[in-house]
Amino acid sequence: MSNYRIQGATGEWEVVIGLEVHAQVTSNAKLFSGASTEFGAEPNTQVSLIDAAMPGMLPVPNRECIRQAVRTGMAIEAQINAWSRFDRKNYFYADLPQGYQISQLYHPIVGEGQLLIEADEKAGIPEDKIIGIERIHVEQDAGKLMHDQHPTMSYVDLNRVGIALMEIVSKPDMRSPAEAGAYVRKLRSILRYVGSCDGNMEEGSMRADVNVSVRKPGEEFGTRTETKNVNSVRFVMQVIEYEANRQVDVLENGGTVDQETRLFDVASGTTRTMRSKEDAHDYRYFPDPDLLPVELDDAFLSECRESLPELPDAKRARYENELGLTPYNARELTAEVETFGRFETLLSATATRIGKPEKQVATQVANWALSVAPGVIKSLGDEADPAHASSGAQASILAMQDKGEISGGQAKEIYEIVLKTGRDPEEIADTEGLKQVSDTGAIEAAIDEILANNQDKVEQYKGGKDKLFGFFVGQTMKAMQGKANPAVVNQLLKDKLG
Amino acid sequence: MSDLTNLGVKAIRDGVAAGDFTAREVAEAFNANVAAAKDLNAFIVATPEKALEAADAIDAKRAKGEDLGTMGGVPIGMKDLFCTDGVQTTAASHILEGFVPQYESTVSANLWKAGAGMLGKLNMDQFAMGSSNETSYFGNVLSPWKKDGSNAALIPGGSSGGSSTAVAARLAPAATGTDTGGSIRQPAAVTGITGIKPTYGRCSRWGVVAFASSLDQAGPMARDVTDCAIMLEAMAGFDPKDSTSLDMPVPEWEKGLNADLTGKKVGIPREYRMEGTDQAILDSWERGKEWLRDAGAEIVDISLPHTKYALPAYYIIAPAEASSNLARYDGVRYGLRDLPEGAGLQDMYAATRAAGFGDEVKRRILIGTYVLSAGFYDAYYTQAQKIRTLVAQDFEKAWGECDLILAPTTPNAAFPLGGFDGDPLAMYLNDVFAVPASLAGLPAMSVPAMLNGDGLPLGLQIIGKAFDEQGVLNAGLAIEQRSGFDAKPERWW
Repeated sequence: MSNYRIQGATGEWEVVIGLEVHAQVTSNAKLFSGASTEFGAEPNTQVSLIDAAMPGMLPVPNRECIRQAVRTGMAIEAQINAWSRFDRKNYFYADLPQGYQISQLYHPIVGEGQLLIEADEKAGIPEDKIIGIERIHVEQDAGKLMHDQHPTMSYVDLNRVGIALMEIVSKPDMRSPAEAGAYVRKLRSILRYVGSCDGNMEEGSMRADVNVSVRKPGEEFGTRTETKNVNSVRFVMQVIEYEANRQVDVLENGGTVDQETRLFDVASGTTRTMRSKEDAHDYRYFPDPDLLPVELDDAFLSECRESLPELPDAKRARYENELGLTPYNARELTAEVETFGRFETLLSATATRIGKPEKQVATQVANWALSVAPGVIKSLGDEADPAHASSGAQASILAMQDKGEISGGQAKEIYEIVLKTGRDPEEIADTEGLKQVSDTGAIEAAIDEILANNQDKVEQYKGGKDKLFGFFVGQTMKAMQGKANPAVVNQLLKDKLG
Repeated sequence: MSDLTNLGVKAIRDGVAAGDFTAREVAEAFNANVAAAKDLNAFIVATPEKALEAADAIDAKRAKGEDLGTMGGVPIGMKDLFCTDGVQTTAASHILEGFVPQYESTVSANLWKAGAGMLGKLNMDQFAMGSSNETSYFGNVLSPWKKDGSNAALIPGGSSGGSSTAVAARLAPAATGTDTGGSIRQPAAVTGITGIKPTYGRCSRWGVVAFASSLDQAGPMARDVTDCAIMLEAMAGFDPKDSTSLDMPVPEWEKGLNADLTGKKVGIPREYRMEGTDQAILDSWERGKEWLRDAGAEIVDISLPHTKYALPAYYIIAPAEASSNLARYDGVRYGLRDLPEGAGLQDMYAATRAAGFGDEVKRRILIGTYVLSAGFYDAYYTQAQKIRTLVAQDFEKAWGECDLILAPTTPNAAFPLGGFDGDPLAMYLNDVFAVPASLAGLPAMSVPAMLNGDGLPLGLQIIGKAFDEQGVLNAGLAIEQRSGFDAKPERWW
């Protein structure tokens, strides 16, 4: 249970949040035309006759967009509807050449599903929580109006018209800005794992309509407002916080919350009325007569299922259960496609190099990948050349460390040189003297000398003062100028002290 | 050379191939007739140079001994609903006046590929909405027919009224039409020509200005059944650019023509015997039965119980789709733009659409908008869709008892221009026999049967099972061979 509450004059208020996330489907071509979807092209250069709604033009569904929506549905464990249909949502606007958006109201392609947001004490999510997903439907994006090109006229860029979007509608299951933030991040992660959306919120590939209402805990849902087109996780959280407080103020001052559509103002962090319920469009939805129902056969569905990668939750569980990683490490490594990709490549290279099963080196590799290597890179700043950060070089360092040839500190030093110069790690260890001594003869000699010079402490140790073991280790390491293998030092000291 | 214009598709094609005359001679003859028939107002744009260009290409091919195609050397009229590359396409509306597509509709492209040439773009009811050609922005098309002893102008039917007049008046041996709720069959019937609406999906809708997408279907209008078979074969075919296109091979309808109906059962739907139907229409129906029986068919009575609901359902579904399909004519990207001084976007929409659409188009947009509105959708659109299903089921059940259905095409002969002024609902009734087959997506054709007491042609309608254009054409041929219909209008224009 989220304990997020708005403290009002009349007591505590609970916030109820639902999100409609619009995710641009990764596809070279648009949903119903062959025009390109590449971001950033010159205005009106990626517009087919269909996108421009020329007379007599007809939409033909792009199979890849359907496939990506189905795969996304499968990734959130949703009901996949083998029969779905496209509807027209009718309204006039200059960025909508057809005068209607082809969408799916009555029979969406994906039904109910769910996703898990993980406990995050610091963020105010005390325990894991399942967020229900109502549906995913596929629809066309609209174009873009440009108001700054002419003193009295607006210009229209149709490049974006007809690009496929998935609208992913959550249930009103979230109760705090943190939960909503975690939901968007998790959804983004899943979309990126699946490859159905690049999740790039800055380019508008993902944006959210944020539905917020407030109520006294335990009471019925309040009237909600919908804030449109919010394009970052941070803004989503800001909208909720602002809206919830605004609504509480309204209600506590004896007013009522209007069911309305609002806009988020990034500069002020506030929302304002876009249109009220009275001005709401009547979209006159009806089945698009230009299109046949979408019917998915078993072969198509199995191909979609088989093409799904291991998903974040499953991967995290495997990292914990099979690789023996800590829950923290497992979560950090699986959050992003890039992170686990680098980790798994390095893990495989390291295990091969060392000749041990992945499970036995996983913790070492995880620590390296999550804290050691990023620390080195951070400390070097601009001096580090990312091109030198190959998995081969890193595996080589980790293998030397595993064999006891170098210490943790030496591993860092070697990696620094690698990042700056691209030199071979083993060669660096040899030529720069960055190797630790595992030669028992040298270490034994040093220990013998230390024990001889500290007879009193030896007696005290043998008399039961166990803490002195650390003193002997320290003295030995000091004598070896830090280059002795600590494991060897420990073992020899134990032997000699009996 | 004027006798060449009495020839139909097959005669021209075969004559050109045999070298009896050149394609150029044919094109010139029809170009001359088109030029001389301005009074009929059948064409919005004449393209004599296109017709000649196509003809010369055919003559050149023939000189080289190449294949001339199934429509080689045949010049045709193109309904102005088909987008034609480089030639103005308006759907007979002001809102598209001056619009010149940079693309060619699939159906017209198929015809040019088969060797046909274009005489021009044919006038029609605006956006194919109408049964009399009185809704065209470019003026009424007049029928070449007159009542015996009367000089009153008659309607050529609609919406393919430019097509029917052009074929009936020998301005073209054949023309394309489109049929949403009778727009091929009704004008064919009232002008004494033949026209077939194939199964929904046979002809691609790509590049055809949309009226009601789930009903619109292109088809040929020509002087006889054989010519229709030839031309339909050229027009039809699967088109991946149209999601509702039938992915089936096109049968060889011309080769398959056979007027022997032995073993076929022809159903006579009792619900088509409606009050107010002309006696002459009922007489023609009786004769039709006799002709088909004579061709070997067995005549059986059948019932299509939901017939009376078909027309009201059609006038909900078609306007609903039209209200959405016509939203794209907004003045933003092409066609008419009316931008009053200081106007904003909404003002521009209102001004453009007020100036650009005719009354009938506006009426249907209003009806369609209304029936799709929140609160009315279920009462109108959903109910109409249910009726559509029931009408289709009526036919499905009927096919258990018969192979084809014979019915009148229209409840009356051609009416005078302005005859239904101020009474659009009475005008809508003209499609009462045509609409059920449209709702069910079935192939249906009209063939001339006889002249009524006023000397005006009446048509008979044959409706077939889905994909059975051949059966429909064969029954049409059987009627054609027995009716002896060879009347043509006296030239007065």
